[in-house]
Amino acid sequence: MSLVSFHDVEKTYRSLQGVDYTAVERFSVEIEAGEFFCLLGPSGCGKTTVLKMLAGFEAPTAGQIVMEGRAVTGASRDRGVVFQGDDSLYGWLSAVENVEFGLRMQRVRPGPRRERAMRYLELVGLKGQEQKYPAELSGGMKQRIQIARALVNEPKMLLMDEPFAALDAQTRSLMQLELANIWQATRTTVLFITHDIDEAVTLGKRIGVMRAGPRSQVKGVIEVALNGARSRTDDVFLRYYKQVYEMIRDEVAKSIARAD
Amino acid sequence: MRRSRLRRLWSVYGGYALGFVSLFLIWQLASLYVVSSVLFPPPTVVFRKGLLLVRNGILLEHLSASIQRILAGFMAGSLLGIPIGLAMGSFRPVRKLLEPYTEFLRFIPSVAMITVAVIWFGIGEASKIFLIIYTTIFIVILNTAAGVSAIAPNKIRAAQALGATRAQIFLHVALPATLPYILTGMRLAMANSFTTIVAAELIAANEGLGKMLWDGRLFMLVDDIFVSLVTLGLLGFGVDRVFRWSIYAFAGKYSPAM
Repeated sequence: MSLVSFHDVEKTYRSLQGVDYTAVERFSVEIEAGEFFCLLGPSGCGKTTVLKMLAGFEAPTAGQIVMEGRAVTGASRDRGVVFQGDDSLYGWLSAVENVEFGLRMQRVRPGPRRERAMRYLELVGLKGQEQKYPAELSGGMKQRIQIARALVNEPKMLLMDEPFAALDAQTRSLMQLELANIWQATRTTVLFITHDIDEAVTLGKRIGVMRAGPRSQVKGVIEVALNGARSRTDDVFLRYYKQVYEMIRDEVAKSIARAD
Repeated sequence: MRRSRLRRLWSVYGGYALGFVSLFLIWQLASLYVVSSVLFPPPTVVFRKGLLLVRNGILLEHLSASIQRILAGFMAGSLLGIPIGLAMGSFRPVRKLLEPYTEFLRFIPSVAMITVAVIWFGIGEASKIFLIIYTTIFIVILNTAAGVSAIAPNKIRAAQALGATRAQIFLHVALPATLPYILTGMRLAMANSFTTIVAAELIAANEGLGKMLWDGRLFMLVDDIFVSLVTLGLLGFGVDRVFRWSIYAFAGKYSPAM
């Protein structure tokens, strides 16, 4: 039973000059409850557009997004979001206050609120840093705050928009490992947007490969039958990498050609 | 323990103290040896005169008259300007509607409005307060509106996805994110208020630091003029410190660069 389904979704943007740009067209995909779904595609293919529509920040121009039988019409705390940059954090709140934000909006009393926030800060490995402000923390730590802030609300789904793209390579692979552990522990459904094949094969249970934009769609979905810790040097890992690479290669070439 | 505290105090305020001392030292030397004239009294003479004017209550009278006008006008101007700025920054139709007013009026300097203010409100308190409101409101509106439009969209989106209502987003995201801009606008407005109040009191007033300057010119009380100038400088410096401190206290965590 799928948790979310996109039915022939289309999103057209109108520029200030009045020129239409169709990012995605007849975009359809199903996301199963409890799975880690990676949406992989070349830059400019509309991955983020898909996430924004599912989050409810933007409405599709045609088609429908359905979650648990109901059409998505706006943002909801059923769908937590982790953004790429750190500009979504509240700089005037400490790490723990950032994490508490959703609970505070739900009017959860300060005692239980703090307790729950601390539990999630511990889950993301930020214990001892809770009184610091975002400006005092590194890029990786800021992304941890974002993850804890989304998870503490216990959303039905976590939407992650290239959350590790701005981090250095070492921090990124550490964060990937920890996110895999967090997912094992919580089993929250995840939609993870990335342009990095390695990241998709490391994390995804299923990988949806998108075509080059405009009018992008899902070209194909690859199921990754790897359980537990995944090693980049495993033969099986490399086989999946190759499979995904072959599917996306032409799209990347097209995307670069169109950009020129 | 006491030594290290002293050292910390020195590292924070030492530069300031040294700067002020050197300012007055240069002034003293200049008035004694470079421009030796009754028209340029040295700081020692000015302070002695200032002390006298404090003792007989005259300085305090002028000072409190100016401060009261500035505070009344500044508070009223900020209290009006902040909500207007928030509305203009949040809603495009409001901005379109009010922009002609703000963009037109802010280019008419408050000093140019003195004549109109005196004709409308007389030479009493009302005209001064009107002028300070006028000088405050546009800067506060502009900075507040700019602050609202500078909020990163992802801050709002994150709050939506965390289940915040529109009112909660306004109160818990838009307002704190804009506060450093509001305070900056108020700080700039305060500096302008000083200019305006002195100009207004020069032209029409019964007391105030500007009136003190005018009387000094009229009766050739050069020392009084300098007492008024130094008072203005010190007052402005003190008020600006308070603003800088509150901006830092709030915005410091937001961005250490501010």
